[in-house]
Amino acid sequence: MNLEDYKGVYIYAQQVDNEISPIAFELLGKAKELAAPLDAQVTAVLIGSGVKDLCDQLAEYGADRVILVDDPELKDYRTEPYAHALSSVINEFKPEIMLVGATAIGRDLGPTVSARVQTGLTADCTSLEIGDFPITPVPGQEQKKNQLLMTRPAFGGNTIATIACPNNRPQMATVRPGVMQKIEPKKGAKAEVVEFNPGFKPDNKYVTIKEIVKAVSDTADIMDAKILVSGGRGVGSAENFKLLDDLAEALGGSVSCSRAVVDAGWKPKDLQVGQTGKTVRPKLYFAIGISGAIQHVAGMEESDIIVAINKDEDAPIFDVADYGVVGDLNKIVPKLTEEVKAYKASKAGK
Amino acid sequence: MDFTLDKQHEMARQLFKDFAVNEAKPLAQETDEEEKFPRPTVDKMAKYGFLGIPIPKEYGGQGCDVLSYIMAVEELSKVCGTSGVILSAHTSLCADPILTYGTEEQKQKYLVPLAKGEKLGAFGLTEPGAGTDAQGQQTKAVLDGDEWVLNGSKCFITNGKEADIYVIFAVTGKIEKRGKFMKEISAFIVEKGTPGFTFGVKEAKMGIRGSSTYELIFTDCRIPKENLLGAQGKGFNIAMHTLDGGRIGIAAQALGLAEGALETTINYVKERKQFGRSIAQFQNTQFQLADMATKVQAAQYLVYRAAVKKDEYVKNPKISYSVEAAMAKLYAAEVAMEVTTKAVQLHGGYGYIREYDVERMMRDAKITEIYEGTSEVQRMVISANILK
Amino acid sequence: MKIVVCVKQVPDTKGGVKFNPDGTLDRAAMLAIMNPDDKAGLEAALRLKDQYGAEVTVLTMGLPKAADVLREAIAMGADKGVLVTDRRLGGADTWATSTTIAGALRNLEYDLIITGRQAIDGDTAQVGPQIAEHLGIPVISYAEDIKVDDKAKTVTVKRQFDDRYMMVEAKLPCLVTALAELNEPRYMTPGGIFDACAAEITTWGRDDLKDVDDSNIGLAGSPTKIAKASDKVRKGAGEKVTPDSPEEAVSYIIGKLDEKHAL
Repeated sequence: MNLEDYKGVYIYAQQVDNEISPIAFELLGKAKELAAPLDAQVTAVLIGSGVKDLCDQLAEYGADRVILVDDPELKDYRTEPYAHALSSVINEFKPEIMLVGATAIGRDLGPTVSARVQTGLTADCTSLEIGDFPITPVPGQEQKKNQLLMTRPAFGGNTIATIACPNNRPQMATVRPGVMQKIEPKKGAKAEVVEFNPGFKPDNKYVTIKEIVKAVSDTADIMDAKILVSGGRGVGSAENFKLLDDLAEALGGSVSCSRAVVDAGWKPKDLQVGQTGKTVRPKLYFAIGISGAIQHVAGMEESDIIVAINKDEDAPIFDVADYGVVGDLNKIVPKLTEEVKAYKASKAGK
Repeated sequence: MDFTLDKQHEMARQLFKDFAVNEAKPLAQETDEEEKFPRPTVDKMAKYGFLGIPIPKEYGGQGCDVLSYIMAVEELSKVCGTSGVILSAHTSLCADPILTYGTEEQKQKYLVPLAKGEKLGAFGLTEPGAGTDAQGQQTKAVLDGDEWVLNGSKCFITNGKEADIYVIFAVTGKIEKRGKFMKEISAFIVEKGTPGFTFGVKEAKMGIRGSSTYELIFTDCRIPKENLLGAQGKGFNIAMHTLDGGRIGIAAQALGLAEGALETTINYVKERKQFGRSIAQFQNTQFQLADMATKVQAAQYLVYRAAVKKDEYVKNPKISYSVEAAMAKLYAAEVAMEVTTKAVQLHGGYGYIREYDVERMMRDAKITEIYEGTSEVQRMVISANILK
Repeated sequence: MKIVVCVKQVPDTKGGVKFNPDGTLDRAAMLAIMNPDDKAGLEAALRLKDQYGAEVTVLTMGLPKAADVLREAIAMGADKGVLVTDRRLGGADTWATSTTIAGALRNLEYDLIITGRQAIDGDTAQVGPQIAEHLGIPVISYAEDIKVDDKAKTVTVKRQFDDRYMMVEAKLPCLVTALAELNEPRYMTPGGIFDACAAEITTWGRDDLKDVDDSNIGLAGSPTKIAKASDKVRKGAGEKVTPDSPEEAVSYIIGKLDEKHAL
């Protein structure tokens, strides 16, 4: 493997039902940043069936070039034709860096492809930068320049490690959704589109899709919310979440919850924040009746402002909260809702 | 001498602990409050083989030993005293005498379903006039053709109405001993549903309120001749020997209650704040806990020693574990009462409130000083042995 | 039918994570358990065993004490345990781990391989799909339900995605990665524990792996290298107040948010 042959920052532009997933734009935003010090191009790899018209969107979010693999076999995501498509692109175009979203698709595609193209893969990264490896010079060891340094939490968010992949290419990472920032789209931007089809011949690895059942969700994606009112076990019951619904409505935000609430069946899984749920970074996060287990904190600590209300003054949530209030949520939250309404009304009046 | 548990007992302990915390604990309060037999817990115990832990595999059991069975009672009792005694009465007082004294036919018919957990067992010795004094028995059994006919009643029977198979003691005649007439007592196996076998009052108790304590009534209850357990007239020996084993089970229940109260209290004193600091920081709390922990540890060693001694007996029936069992029960029961009482005290007012587990534990603990031989009886057994 | 379940021994983080006084993780203070996703995978295999009389082999890679999870699996009902342990295999990343496990699996017969989706210590979710790739068999990740047609030699899996699920059918042999939500794993039985402690655990070292190159194992064979590792330094605590009344609490919150223009 001649490492010098591998150039450019590539992202896997995940699409589902011929609609680009938000993670693709987030990856493009990051890829642009990484490409600058490398003086490299940003390439999006778009795989699907009848997805050509999505190329412009990728351009608007920062792709210089789109490699398009379009084939009827690629209609719905299946590990095999997709892994074949992406690894063929890698073998043909030789990217230096290959980023994939750490979604339920990317976390299947990424490892399969990395094993096929025989390179390392770092999972669920929360930070990526270009730097030296080793970070500080070690006598007798070459310090390689311009390496991708991939930082990821492990151990349920209790530890973080920075990983490099100095001797193999591409340097591959899956990246947690909601962590990287997409750029403001440039309307009308165009990218060079390269169509590439490696040919698809079904073999034992092709699975048959018998049925697709889409989850019906009338709730907004909590990852997009600017304000989240999040409840934990301390809320006490599904009915009592009404208090939080009211507050969220007054604030113009959404309700989310901790794992305990999902386990208790009070709220659906797609509202869960945390290690096994979603990573959120709203402007304002209310943690109400949430003790603040590390697994929860891992999913919300990047929020701009964290307000915690909990009756247990030793609750670990207070260790991450900007503003902690020790008290009974049942008394405080309804009053807070009233006051928020009053506040908004007074501002609107001015 | 080695005080560490081997791998299999360590794993068994972890299993029992997980099971107790996940399955028995959530029902403990309701079991007590509503005097409700914890059927879901018992069904799960049956499913996972807990009802046949020390019974050999050829009789449908798990083929483990007495020590692992004792640890099961201990871990269950840590979270639910009722569940602990249900398992103890079933295993020690019903399955064990059938294993020890039953014929091969009796073992196949009764022990196998007991060990597999398809059937639950109980033991009927106590009568209104015959508690500590087993000679006070009034229940009679008379052989009539191919059947024994039972008349009389038994009281305070654990698993009373919930069991399926009962080991019952009754007077079958008189024997002369040194010029005095004594009652000849025999043991029988009685199935629920036998005509003439009914249930009387359910006792409303201070503690272990879910254990289905009932009166059993026998009115011309006819059971097959082959349901005589052991030889005719050997009932008293069978009862006493069975109770020796049962005491280790109750000792384990007492130990579990003490451990549960201690653990609960340790967590509580770390959280509870008075005068601006946790009450764990007060020396009174620290010294009380030190005494409690030391006694609990001593009780555990006595209980485990008795269990191991009974395991030795299983291999060599010449070995007696009677004194070890008595010491374990005497000490563990008194420690349970003392530790749970102190636990309530350290909880302050909250300790007196139903919502707090230690309140129940203290009520549950009291019975361990009374049933299957009161503390006074244990002292008699122990002193008789050291003064002989 | 022959099923191999790959399991990992991990520190239990459920009861909270323990730290040393210097802020590093106190791994010794945490109980070593069978990884939850793997345990669900094992339970799925045991249910297939109950249904079809499958033979279930559990395989793990780790230090010698990882044999504990194999004994646990046997005490739950698995038939055999295989431990892959060797100093030369230490320090492996997911690539080297998957090549190693694939090398061990080549010695075993299997119709179905089940792994957990991910381990709670690493959270990578990579080893399962990578094993399948090395073995050249299909992989279905994120299984919420697994059904096998023993006659047609197919497996049907309810495959979870972020916003949907798919019912996916694959030909056996196949590798499936299981989610903890798949089922409620059974307990061990006491008798199972005694048998498991008496059972022979097959132990394989580096030399027992089939078709594995030295360049693909252990620390040296791992393409990813740790540049820096630290226990996470958390954002410091902000203010904490204990107001006397709900009104006071509310005016405190509104005041602070007003200050920050957050409303």
